[in-house]
Amino acid sequence: MSKELAVASGFSEHRCILLPVDQHIVEIVSDSGEGAQTCGQMFGALCAKSGFGVWTVEIIPAEIEPPARSRAGASGNRIRIGSQPVTNAGDCADLVVAFNEQVVYSRIDAGALRAGTLLFLDNCWASDPDPSIRSMYAEAVEDFLRRGYEVSEIPVQEQCRQYTEDPRRGKNMWVLGMLCALYDLDMDLVRRELAQRFARKGDAVIQKNLALLEGGHNWTVKQVERRFHVPARKPAQPMVVMNGNQALGLGIMAAGIELCSMYPITPATSASHFLASVFEQVGGFVHQAEDEIAAIGFAIGASYAGKTAVTITSGPGLALKTEFLGLAVMAEIPLVVVVVQRGGPSTGLPTKIEQGDLLASLYGSPGDSPKIVLAPATIEECFHFMVLARKLAEEFRGPVIVLSDANLATGQQPFPRPSPSLSWLAPPVDQNDWNPDVPPFAWDPKTGLSKRPVPGQKGGEYVLTGLAHDEHSHVAYESAINQRAMEMRSRKLAVLRSALRPPAVHGDAEGDLLVVGWGSTLGAIEEAVDRLRAEGWRVSSLHLRFLSPLEPGLPEIFARFRRVMTVEINYSDTPGQPYIEEGSRRYAQLATLLRAQTLVDVDCWSRVPGSPLPPGAIVEALRPRLEAITRNREVESCTA
Amino acid sequence: MYGLNLDWEIEPGPRTCTLEDYKGAEARWCPGCGDHAVLNAVHRLARDERWPTERTVVVSGIGCSSRFPHYMSTYGFHGLHGRALPVACGIRSRRPDLDVIVITGDGDCCAIGTAHWIHAIRYNMNLTVLLLDNNIYGLTKSQTSPTTRFGEKSNTHPKGSFFASLNPISVTLGIPNASFVAQTIDWNPPHLYATIKAAHRHQGTSFVRILQRCPHFTPHVFAPAQQDLNQVLLMTHAEGIQLEEPARKLFPNCVEHDPRDLAAARRLADREDVYPVGLFYRKEGALRYDEHTATGIDFTPQQKLDALNRILDRFRI
Repeated sequence: MSKELAVASGFSEHRCILLPVDQHIVEIVSDSGEGAQTCGQMFGALCAKSGFGVWTVEIIPAEIEPPARSRAGASGNRIRIGSQPVTNAGDCADLVVAFNEQVVYSRIDAGALRAGTLLFLDNCWASDPDPSIRSMYAEAVEDFLRRGYEVSEIPVQEQCRQYTEDPRRGKNMWVLGMLCALYDLDMDLVRRELAQRFARKGDAVIQKNLALLEGGHNWTVKQVERRFHVPARKPAQPMVVMNGNQALGLGIMAAGIELCSMYPITPATSASHFLASVFEQVGGFVHQAEDEIAAIGFAIGASYAGKTAVTITSGPGLALKTEFLGLAVMAEIPLVVVVVQRGGPSTGLPTKIEQGDLLASLYGSPGDSPKIVLAPATIEECFHFMVLARKLAEEFRGPVIVLSDANLATGQQPFPRPSPSLSWLAPPVDQNDWNPDVPPFAWDPKTGLSKRPVPGQKGGEYVLTGLAHDEHSHVAYESAINQRAMEMRSRKLAVLRSALRPPAVHGDAEGDLLVVGWGSTLGAIEEAVDRLRAEGWRVSSLHLRFLSPLEPGLPEIFARFRRVMTVEINYSDTPGQPYIEEGSRRYAQLATLLRAQTLVDVDCWSRVPGSPLPPGAIVEALRPRLEAITRNREVESCTA
Repeated sequence: MYGLNLDWEIEPGPRTCTLEDYKGAEARWCPGCGDHAVLNAVHRLARDERWPTERTVVVSGIGCSSRFPHYMSTYGFHGLHGRALPVACGIRSRRPDLDVIVITGDGDCCAIGTAHWIHAIRYNMNLTVLLLDNNIYGLTKSQTSPTTRFGEKSNTHPKGSFFASLNPISVTLGIPNASFVAQTIDWNPPHLYATIKAAHRHQGTSFVRILQRCPHFTPHVFAPAQQDLNQVLLMTHAEGIQLEEPARKLFPNCVEHDPRDLAAARRLADREDVYPVGLFYRKEGALRYDEHTATGIDFTPQQKLDALNRILDRFRI
């Protein structure tokens, strides 16, 4: 796809072949603890700072200390870079740097390599004192060649020995230098970034890492002929780069939220780690509670007392929080709840991606507990949805659940630097006296909306209760009062929906197939749709951000397509399997919701691979459906 | 003030408070229930100390005693079973100006809410915690509670409880950073009042277990102690709970106990022959978590915005 050009590089004494590429997928994999993740994160950030489009995905081992040289221990990062903004992790890697041959097999198992993938492999194992390791390595290299990878055995460990006594802890910086040479990054930028990254660890650590970095860079310039040139686009506006959990943390601060009450749970905790490191600077506080229930209870207490609070969790924590969520609905307590989804049920796949908590968020509480549920689709939205969520929680007086996932949490992406405003940071309520004639739940008869008094406001004294209550918050078991109170709480969702616009369709407004998605799959779905459209298929997509209430206009949009289906990362039955027929088939979660809400026969394709859906896999899932629809259309037009 | 609308202010005297100022809905506990006595004591203390109703929050869980906030005219939070303490800690976390009182029961605190009890004691935020312990689940009609005595019959254990009962005082005295641990009885109003008053004055989490009669399900549990004054042991000390002389005469059985002596407090708490009442333990200057949680509450939006912009710029490309 790219023609080879011989270009005189900046290092003019070394000839190199510069290959211009529009986009490239790079993976760095090592044993857990060898620092490939740090290397990958830094390379991703450097690419973003160089003006490339970037999307990164962490490759996370399932265990904390897996054995060395094992498939289960593969740890690292995938970085997809491009001259245009990159919206997802893509399909197969173009270039892989691996610290041993066994971790490569883990990536092969994940379908991450293809014939032609450039594989840089540390050759230290070829001379390992253990003969069994030597032979495993030799066999693997032969196998890799047979599989069609372009294998380059490189002396990473040997080179690192020049700069450090423990090369196992220095390889990652050497490889970073190598990647910077391969992609022709500005080394001044790289040095600055490295110095900043290790600033806290002191000058000696910086110097050692710089030596490794320069070592890797110089070796590559001399020894590797091939380089890749990604045309960088300098963005018109100031940009930032971060992962989704950092974006959540910054969004929390920008939203004027001053308390984060949490209990440690993967993959949500890193958002709290980030907050704990900076929250004090904006006057905020992170409370680590004794359990998930106490975490939401503490946040609810603070919110009841007129402070802005968030609790951050993942699926198992959401399950434990359901009773308090019900109380927040019942007693109309504003609260932002962030759920960074992982694989479930139960402990499931703690570090892996899934979109399995949609229905639990909507319907997880006993009784009728209408609440707002949002799902950011990009890392940028992780930031802005926090500001939105706080506003909605206060305006609509209740909990707002924001569903992120492990893909957004750990992925990095550049986006325009937000400009926070003073109005976002204003405290929710003042402490002026409350008119004692106004009850604490003065429900507007049309909208169900009401204002709340908070402790400190004279004249507003009331007893909040989780029992059924009237507008004075007095316990009330009378049927008419219960019916009315339920109506008022439910009405608020309809009011919010009336203020929303119908979602935009990606592609033509009509066609054969409409793909509906939510959350982090946005980029992969749109890329798949674009590829299929380029092949001539009549397919479009639509991505929902509001799941409760659902965005308006869906039946009208759906009616302009022959078929509608969702693509999701959660479990659904596959038609054709034993016992699975139309009556017994369990649909994916958004599909279930859309079928119930729109009465349209919404189909679905969903998988639970524990990793993001690659656009290529979506293309392969959609194509047979498009073929079938087209066949039917031709049959119909013939009979007509 | 006084029905006058003036554009100048006179310095009004302290608010004249009556019991009526603190009464909420009419209490619906059974006649003879010890909860009435606790409510009366709190009403009296609020009046005597002129608590501002708008800055007082009474937080409870679920159970008979947890109806308490409804019978106060202050702010109240009648939340979930076992979860009064996390809510109270959250209220206190960013509002040091609020006076937070927690009402809980033996099921609420010592069964479903045990984790929160242990950790709230460690946090030692400024809360007054009243554990109304009647040795039974009353609201749900007689089930064994953690403080129900071994062999005591209930609807869940018709042949008698299988368990050694839990002593809330011993447990609390075993938690690091406990700073105020006292016990009192609902049937002696002066001692009840004096204990709650001392607890409320304490800076930190004050934990008061109130032996509370349930006339319906456990009338026999505390009746002997009510009849035989010697079954109650009054702990006296200049640093302890102070009683007027007439009230003190109702306690023929006394022991001098220095509330700074934790080991002696634990020995007294473990006594099974008598109910010790008074102050077991008080520690001044114990770590206070609420001194940390309130960090930054005085930040202005402008200060926040400036800091936020600095942090955001670290992510600039």
